Amino acid sequence: MKNRRSKWLSIIIVVVVILLVFNYFKGTYNTMVQHSEAVDQQWANVENTYQRRTDLIPNLVNTVKGYADFERKTLEAVINARAKATSIQLDPQKLTPEVMQQFQQAQAGLSGALGRLMVVVERYPELKANQNFLDLQAQLEGTENRIATERRKFNETARIYNTYIKMFPKNIFASMFGFKEKPYFEAVKGADQPPKVKF
Amino acid sequence: MNIMKKNIPLLLILFITAFLNPLSAQDLPDPMSPPRLVNDFAKVLPADQAALLEQKLFEFNNQTSTQIYVVTVSDLHGYEKADYTTRLAEKWGVGQKGKDNGIMMLIKPKTAREKGEIFIAVGYGLEGVVPDAVTNRIIRNEILPAFKNGDYFTGINQGINTLMKLTAGEFTADEYLKETGRSPASRVGGLVFFVFLMLMLFSGRSTAARHRSLGGNLPFWILMGMMGSSFNSHQGSFNNFSSGMGGFGGFGGGGGGSFGGGGAGGSW
Repeated sequence: MKNRRSKWLSIIIVVVVILLVFNYFKGTYNTMVQHSEAVDQQWANVENTYQRRTDLIPNLVNTVKGYADFERKTLEAVINARAKATSIQLDPQKLTPEVMQQFQQAQAGLSGALGRLMVVVERYPELKANQNFLDLQAQLEGTENRIATERRKFNETARIYNTYIKMFPKNIFASMFGFKEKPYFEAVKGADQPPKVKF
Repeated sequence: MNIMKKNIPLLLILFITAFLNPLSAQDLPDPMSPPRLVNDFAKVLPADQAALLEQKLFEFNNQTSTQIYVVTVSDLHGYEKADYTTRLAEKWGVGQKGKDNGIMMLIKPKTAREKGEIFIAVGYGLEGVVPDAVTNRIIRNEILPAFKNGDYFTGINQGINTLMKLTAGEFTADEYLKETGRSPASRVGGLVFFVFLMLMLFSGRSTAARHRSLGGNLPFWILMGMMGSSFNSHQGSFNNFSSGMGGFGGFGGGGGGSFGGGGAGGSW
């Protein structure tokens, strides 16, 4: 009698433990998926804002081109940088620090070229008085603000995900199912880790 | 120099916390209490002018559920004006959740030492009707000329007039009430009554004064509170009702709108 009772008791305990463990794993796994999806979604927003900037450039170039004596070199630099930036498309599922850096470098190259263009524009008062150009300039500034905002939001979402998968004991589980750390955009990367010097 | 040195650890801490926990950055003020649309922290508007703008924006909010905030601050705490305004608007939840129909006009007045700054942040949902180029023109043509004369009221007033005209075509509170109020009600008949109760509950919550005056009915409100908490997930969408019903109470504060960096700025 006594033996049978304890046998039943141990079966119940085992079942309950299995259920609890299953529930824990299920909850953790699903939360990881949710956080990961949020990061992918935010990555799409980041790409959209960059795309928006890319779309603005032909219009900007054409407006500036209208001023006959406008420096060719500056314009060509913008066109080339744009071509380079559009050639890099990332898959949010495969965000690694390396490809992220490539993407950022290409976009930074375009930012730099556009910045130089805006400096050169200062020397053309008629261009600065052109309503069409002023509108384009406002749009470009707005796009840069959007890029900054969406990048910040991306880093926030990525941090939530990274913190979640790196906590013990979820980290064991995360590596088992291949949840990898997501890379950040530079601004925060610098604050998190010591800067790497490259030669 | 000494002051600088003393402040370096503090600045570092601020810097790091701003990066690690951007949403609770302490540089961003909390909205004034009770909630209002004109938050004149820098005190550039006389009380009667501020009240006039407040009334106008409050009525517009009731009619369209579009929230236009006017905020003045005396310090941007080292932020870029676009970044500061976007963060503040996002923190306060300007506009309605899901519709993201909020606008925040942020002004840092000109001082003897620093130039004045203005930025108008436009919520995701209004980026289509108020594009950056338009915002930029409003600032350049209607706001800055008055600001240069030191006339803040005229500049703000002209700016919000144009912004209201632009956004008014988006949708009316009536259409929105019909759309969101009926569809769940037709699915479950009893829900009509529930929606009405939620409405009562919400306006009761949003105005402390009203709440107090109804204090005699305490058991009723406790019951409502219990119902409210068990249906928490619905509150986002019901939020719109409180602002849609004009004259039901005072201004209820931001509705949870989101911002993506849209808008334009200027300085003088």
